[in-house]
Parts: sequence; structure tokens; C-alpha cells
Amino acid sequence: MATEVKEGQDIRKLVRTLVQNHGDEKAELIPILHEINRELGYISDEAIKELSKRMNLPSSHIYSVATFYRMLSTEPRGRHVIQFCESAPCHVTGGRLVWQKLQRELGLPKGETSQDNKWTLLTTSCLGLCGVGPVMVIDNDIYGNVTPEQVPGILKNYE
Amino acid sequence: MKTTRSMVLVSSDPESLDRGALDVFSLLQKQITKFGLEEEIALSMITDISKHAMSPLVLVYPDAVIYGPVTTDDVPRIVEEHLYKGRVVEEKQISAYDLSGRVAWLSSRKGTMPAENRIVLKNVGLIDPENIEESIINEGYEALGTVLKEMTPDETIKVIKDSGLRGRGGAGFPTGLKWQFVKGAKGNKKYVICNADESEPGTFKDRLVLEGDPHGIIEAMLIAAYAVGADEGYVYIRGEYGLAISRMQKAIQQARDYNLLGENIFGTDFSFDIHIHAGAGAYICGEETALIESIEGNRGEPRPRPPYPTTAGLWQKPTLVNNVETLANIPAIIRNGAAWYKNIGTPSSPGTKVYTVLGNVNVTGLIEVPMGITLREVISIYAKGMKDGATFKLAQTGGSSGSIIPASLQDTPMDFDSYTKAGVSLGSGALLICNEDICVVDLAKVLLNFFRFESCGKCNPCRIGNKRAHETLVNISEGVGTLQDLKDLQMMSEQLYEMSNCGLGQTAGSPLKDILAHFRAEVEAHIKLKVCPAGVCPMSGQRIYKTI
Repeated sequence: MATEVKEGQDIRKLVRTLVQNHGDEKAELIPILHEINRELGYISDEAIKELSKRMNLPSSHIYSVATFYRMLSTEPRGRHVIQFCESAPCHVTGGRLVWQKLQRELGLPKGETSQDNKWTLLTTSCLGLCGVGPVMVIDNDIYGNVTPEQVPGILKNYE
Repeated sequence: MKTTRSMVLVSSDPESLDRGALDVFSLLQKQITKFGLEEEIALSMITDISKHAMSPLVLVYPDAVIYGPVTTDDVPRIVEEHLYKGRVVEEKQISAYDLSGRVAWLSSRKGTMPAENRIVLKNVGLIDPENIEESIINEGYEALGTVLKEMTPDETIKVIKDSGLRGRGGAGFPTGLKWQFVKGAKGNKKYVICNADESEPGTFKDRLVLEGDPHGIIEAMLIAAYAVGADEGYVYIRGEYGLAISRMQKAIQQARDYNLLGENIFGTDFSFDIHIHAGAGAYICGEETALIESIEGNRGEPRPRPPYPTTAGLWQKPTLVNNVETLANIPAIIRNGAAWYKNIGTPSSPGTKVYTVLGNVNVTGLIEVPMGITLREVISIYAKGMKDGATFKLAQTGGSSGSIIPASLQDTPMDFDSYTKAGVSLGSGALLICNEDICVVDLAKVLLNFFRFESCGKCNPCRIGNKRAHETLVNISEGVGTLQDLKDLQMMSEQLYEMSNCGLGQTAGSPLKDILAHFRAEVEAHIKLKVCPAGVCPMSGQRIYKTI
């Protein structure tokens, strides 16, 4: 996950480079937003404004696309993002108890970022890893067959 | 979990039963226990396989040995010699050929589990997916060569039509017919799209196909493009599937290097190239018109239909959208012919189906079996039974748009038509198998929560209906539901089906319909007795949501 907050100038430069590489056709919007999200950790207003200018698209359109897709965020997130699968296969194999434990350990409700900016706790729809449910993903690390007892140990791996 | 090293099946068609199959079964059970093998050998009955003169049959896996006709006199020898000492009792062994029944060919392949017939997953796990040469050695691009050199587009479409292949994305539309529509559509520019936005909860078959055999998909897209007259294609892979995306990128590059993608493929005047579009996390993009909107750089909101994508799809051009699993069948059909394919599965739903087996069972994972196998067979043979010997309560098929299948339907053949007749649906191929610790209200709540979250919000019935249905279920699970709620749920399920714009909204209400049809007593217990029979629901007595 990207951590450092970038200055306006850097954001504009990033957007310009991306549009240069991808071209300014509308079909490239989602791939470009993906990369901005990866670089900045989220899609800032600044980035949307610059993108609007470079791609000749209304900001409202870009904002509506950026808020539609789950993998894109228009809000800054914590240093580590936890995604917990809340779909049925993980739920019936014990996910409910793991989710309760996770919330208690972090002291965070669903969708919130901790005050120290360390954690963002999200639920997600099926990640296609149902053979090893319950599943949670922290940043890019996947944890399968998670039990409530394992939760504190897993969280300790992250600084 | 026990580690089962071998599996023994006893035929139990009427003829076998008549000739003492039950006695053979119970003696097998006793003998296996006598040798202390009960931990390592699973024993089960199997219906719908017979060899008339040779019944009853005893089948031993993974050796794929068939014995017949077996009497109680033969059982001690089979157990001692074969199961205990590992020596096949040759004088009782019979050939796998000319068996009859739906899963007749089931023992032809040594080393696989019974009845697995791999077409879609043929190369998955056996070849290096990042090496095009391994794919080519294993019949990769052979069918493409045949099509380009020896067949016209019309002949190609005819083979696919004759094979009876139906779309594996969930709706079961005849694939050949779809191809014909696109070929017949007006326009010089046409597209082929591979739908790999697999987001149905519980389904991950497409991921494993893309990760394990990406060249099979490229070949199928080339064949489809040749047949319908397209020169450009997209693979829409959901963004979460990082490995599948990178394997596909590598495979496309390799195919370009071998001139299997690009201009004048195989020295003919056919040209085709493929782009990858990574999704950004939206269930609805598995719906073909939403997927097209997403490639165009918009919110993934389904379009009103007609016009169908076959006439006006990507950038308003005729577009063929096929699911990964559907495409994975194509090369094998071309290589072996339509008649071969039609022979597998059931007459109305030929071929195999890949299922992801999940939930409270001993073995979870992916299986590819002929259409028409039953849920009971899946649970006892592949999943090796329920975990901790629990009782089977229900199965949820095909992710959230599938149905909730009660135990009473576990002997219904799993194919498109038999399931439709029983009022349930096969969905996309997930089999979430649940024991009696699962509460149907809680399960429906989870499913509706998913739809509430994933509804794109474009049309009212889906946006409001799913939210309202979820709230009603939450109230029932808190012990403050009313009998009127049940009527409302029924109504919402019907209205979702009738009034929603796309398949997501239309199928979203099916869990409601299913729990009311098959588990009404359990739902009513929450309301009348304020008790959750499975002990799952909170039943706090507090109303979380106000009713309208």
C-alpha cells in the first residue's frame, strides 16, 4: 500500500504520465484509475480534476466511476487494508466468529480507519478463494482457513 | 480429517439390488472393518451405473478396477487381496467398456477419482501454463489449425450447434446459436469477449482454468472469432485475480510471438488480437452488458435489452460474450466432434460441468463431472461425506443467484432442465454444502446482504427490493418478525424477478422464494416461537429496522 502523501504537483505529474502511457481514450479510464489508486493509495480530488482535464471527461463521470468499483477508493486508507470476505461460503465455515474477533481486536467497525492510520477494516464480496474459507486479505497477503484464535497472531505481523 | 486412500463403490440400480447388492455392501463394510481399513477406505453405493449381465458391480478407486458380478462369496477375497494386499483379483475383473448408465464411462481413467471426466480442466495442473510449447504438445492450437485450414465459419458454427453446448455462465443459452446470431449480425467490425469476471460467491472455476491453461482460452477465442467474423477480442478478468491476469498476459505475448495472434494466422487471411481488461471489483460486471459498459470506461450498469450484444454490443458493434468455461469446451469439441460431446452428460445438457465443492464437507475443491450427476453423489463420492458425520441440510448452488436445494432434492439430476423442472437453478457451479448448524434465515440474510451491496443501483426494484428484503430478514433474525413479513418476502421475491432490468436483480429474490418453499417451518419458528432452531440468529428482541 502506498503510504506517503503526495503533493499536488506530484499528483498532476503522475496523472499526466499515465495519460501519456495509456492514451486519452475513455476505455483507458479504469486502467488509469487502477494505477492512481495503487500509487496514491486512493484517488484524490486533485487527481480527478487533473484527469478530467487530460482525458477531456467531466469530473462527475470520473467520480461516478471511481466510486462505483470496490477496488477503487476516493478516501485515504490506513497503512494496512484488511479485507474480510463476508460471502456465504466463508460465512458458513465459521467466518461470523472470525469477523467478530477481528472487530474486537482492532476496536474498529466495518469500513473505518483507525486513528493512528494503521488499519482500515473492510468487508468484501467473494474473492474466489472459497476452498479455504474463511478468508481474509491484508494488503496483498491472503490468509485462508482462519480461526478466531489465529487473528491476534496474524495482526502482529504488520507494523 | 481422515485420509482416504481408496474408494469402493457398489452399484445399486434395481437389477443390482435384486441380485444382492445390499448384502455385498454390508459384508464389504464388515470385512473392511475386520482388516482395520475403515479409516482409509471409503465405501459408498452408486446409482445409475450397470452392466446388465454383470450386476452387481464393485468399483475400486483410484485403481479404476471393476469387479462383477460380485456375490457375498467374493467379498472376503476382494477385501483381503485387493484392498489389504494391493493385488487385483483378476478372475473377477471385468472391462470398463460397454458399461451402461449415465456415468458409464466413469472408470476409464486410472488415477483420477471416480466419474471425473476432464474436458475443461484437461490440461489444468498437468502442464506449465507459462510455456506455450507444453500447451502445443498437449493438443493446444490443434483445433485452431483444423478450423482455419479445413472448415468454413458456417461449418464451425454447425459443429458447436450440433454438440448441444450450452453457456456455462449460469443461464444455459445454446452457444452455437449465439455464435450464429453474431455471425449473422450486420457490420464489418465485430468483437469476441471472454467473460472472466467470475464473482459469484463460491465460484472459482474460471480462475483455475485461466491460471492453469490460458492457451486453451486463447485458442477458443480464436476459433470463435473465425466463426463469427471478429478481428478483435477482450478478456475481462476480475481485478482481484492477479495471477490469472499475469498468466494471461504472458500467454497472449507468447501466442503473438508464435504468430497465433496477430495478422494472417496460420498463413491464412484471418487476423485476430486480444486485449486484457482488468475489472475493478464489481459483481454486476459479470452481466454481459454491464461488462461491456465497464470496458468502455463507464460504471458497470447493465443496458436495457434488446438490443442484445449480439447485434449492438461493445461500441455498438455485434459482440460475442462467452464465459471462460464455455470457451474451454470449444477446442475439445472441434477435435473430437459434436457426436462425441453429445454422448457425455444428459441429452438436453451435454458435456461436463465444473463445480466448486464447498462448505461443511470433508474435501472441498474443484471437480469436473458429467451433467446429470446428483448432489448425493457429489457429497458421498467427491466431498467424501459430511464433516464430522453431520447431517446434510441444504446446498446452495451457483453462488448467490443459485438456489437453496433442500435434502429432498438431492437425488435430482444436476442438469439445466431437470433443475428447472424442480423449480431450482444450477447457477454458476458452486455447491455450498451445509449441515444442520446452518440457519436458513441467517443464510438468506448473508445472501441478500451481498445483493444489497452489489446492486448497481440503476433500477428501483433491485436497489430498493434487496435492501428491504435484507432488513426484513434482519428483523426476523432478531425475533421481531411478523407473519406479514413472510408475505412481504414472497412479494419482494416475485417483484424482483418480474421487474428488475438484469439477471442480477431477477435472481436476487430466489433465496427468499426457496426458504419459503422448503424451510417455511424453520422461518416461522423465528416468528411464532421466537426461537432460532439452529441457534445461530441473535434473537435479541430488538427491532433493528422499522417497517414501512
